[in-house]
Amino acid sequence: MSTDIIKISPGFEKIISRDYRDLVENGPYGKEVGIAQLGTFKELIEEHPLCAGCGLALSKRLILASLPNPEDTVIVGTTGCSSLSFAQVAIHNIHSIFGNQNALATGLKRALAIRFPEKSKDVVVMGGDGGIGDIGLGMVMHSWFRGEKFTTIMFDNESYANTGGQESGMSQQGVVLNMAPLGKKFPKLSMPEIAHDAGCVYAATVTPAKPKHLAKIVRQAILIAREVGPTYVQIYCPCPTNYKFKSSQSLKRAREEEKDNSYPLREYISPEAKKFIESLEERTNETT
Amino acid sequence: MVIEQKVVEQKIVDPEYLFFEAKRQKRFITGSEAVMEAIKRANVDLAISYPITPQSESMHLVGDLYAEGYLKDYYRGENELGVMSAVAGASMGGVRVFTATGGPGTLRAFEMFPTWAGARLPVVCAFFCRGVNSPLTIQPDTIEMGFMLDTGIIMFHAETAQDLFDMILKSYIIAEQPDVHLPIGVFADGFFVTHTRELVELPPDDIKLPPYDPYKSPVPVMDMEIPPVRQMRDPFVMKSNFISYACHASWQQEVRAAGERARKHINKYLGELIEYDNDDADILIMASGTAVSQSREAISIASKEGIKVGLVKIKVLRPFPWQEVKRIARKAKAIIVPEFNITGWLAREIKSVIEDNTKVIGAPRVFGGMTMPVELILEEIRRAAK
Repeated sequence: MSTDIIKISPGFEKIISRDYRDLVENGPYGKEVGIAQLGTFKELIEEHPLCAGCGLALSKRLILASLPNPEDTVIVGTTGCSSLSFAQVAIHNIHSIFGNQNALATGLKRALAIRFPEKSKDVVVMGGDGGIGDIGLGMVMHSWFRGEKFTTIMFDNESYANTGGQESGMSQQGVVLNMAPLGKKFPKLSMPEIAHDAGCVYAATVTPAKPKHLAKIVRQAILIAREVGPTYVQIYCPCPTNYKFKSSQSLKRAREEEKDNSYPLREYISPEAKKFIESLEERTNETT
Repeated sequence: MVIEQKVVEQKIVDPEYLFFEAKRQKRFITGSEAVMEAIKRANVDLAISYPITPQSESMHLVGDLYAEGYLKDYYRGENELGVMSAVAGASMGGVRVFTATGGPGTLRAFEMFPTWAGARLPVVCAFFCRGVNSPLTIQPDTIEMGFMLDTGIIMFHAETAQDLFDMILKSYIIAEQPDVHLPIGVFADGFFVTHTRELVELPPDDIKLPPYDPYKSPVPVMDMEIPPVRQMRDPFVMKSNFISYACHASWQQEVRAAGERARKHINKYLGELIEYDNDDADILIMASGTAVSQSREAISIASKEGIKVGLVKIKVLRPFPWQEVKRIARKAKAIIVPEFNITGWLAREIKSVIEDNTKVIGAPRVFGGMTMPVELILEEIRRAAK
């Protein structure tokens, strides 16, 4: 977009909300800002209703600050905790129905490619483990088989948190949650491997306990999707509300689970995607 | 093997010229081919297909149009829910879309139809009606139309391949009116219309409709080129307070109101919502789809026996032509409603709007793939004439 389209018409400054004025004057559109500059610019997410200590809320804030091109990005969400904090996001975003996000994103991405052949319009799917790993898995995988050029980001809180803490396919085996009264009877879905086998040229898991790493992975996943093919990022988002731990312990938990390998971090990259990232790095080195 | 897409040149013309003035030529084609001929002239950007009998041929012919350069993009989706979701995404991204399904495919995708209407998407979709499970049948049956009546989408019912051609092409211009901006389903009876040949009058194929302008939409297109940027399609209105309930309620009312506002555009482009003949007769037949053709035949035989029967062809089910039906029903002594389904949803619709619904005869009804013998309609006519 051109930043002109969000400029406030003269005379209307006072009646436009403070939040929107901030966005126009100090927002990240068209600027090279990232998580290192958090606190110096108006963030894309305003106040949201997610719980204290929510791993998803922090991850989302970090993702939104890491988008390579927020002024030309459209987000597709799906039902779940994450969708409750999308009305507050200052990027066009779509909520359709539960689980259809990757099919919808396919149509959207192709439409934007038709209408803006000279521009890179990034489409980013952001949904929970229920939307991506369970109810929408067929449509998610088919978008990967087809090689659709957008990024799928999963907020993995290992449960259906918004409906009150039920077992999901991404819950760990043995965990007792609603609808798993005797403990979950099968292992956590191997989504990064599924993504890799289904045609994602880049698949990675990460936690918000390492913000810089998260920012780097999100950014490169979006850049690779733009040029090479589908990408997948899975973010571990501990849920204090349903897993019953103190809200101050979320990051500690993420750190510990990463360390003892109960939430293993993985990264797959295709040779073509690797070459593309290296060429980007070379270009950055040349300019600096 | 990768085959390169061809390039085709077509001239953009006024919809009125394409619909009413351009010289038409007769071609002997199937209903599926009529769908392809409509899309050829509709300036569609993206079509998405998924096979299901009896629809498959129409969407594979649309795929051939893509190869010839009439469409900018086309693919076969993963299932009907995926396809209906993807056309929603494309429509929100600001392009003109087309898809088609039928029977079990309609039900597989069902959650998307009220979602299209609620999101005010001008999607045009063809439905080739067939029975739904269980037991499984691929044969013609219009029961899915009864399920679709309350989804908020505009519904046309084609009797012939000619209707199918005209209704699909005109649907884009009606659906995309800023004061309507709703999805339109063009329904036709599977096999009877899709797989049979008839003479269809077609305008030249080197002209097409003007493109869709997404910035005329009453809701913002999702392209980050239009303010406000803090914009969710479509936001949740489910907080437990009165303002949320009122907001949701008024949104639903507005979707229905948009359907009502479509009447004037339908009148302009399709003619009236109904067509009628001898509407002053004591005995009337009210029907839609191919039941109309069978009724015409029965009426012609009855007239030779000295029984005068009027015919009302209902072309539009949503918005329902209740004023027209109510007016014409007033003088009739008997109203026969032949249908291709077990529930008799059309008889129910008619009964719900006329003053004396005891004169509605909800028969004959055939279903599960049966044809509708003219004799069955004649029996009802003779009984009513006694």
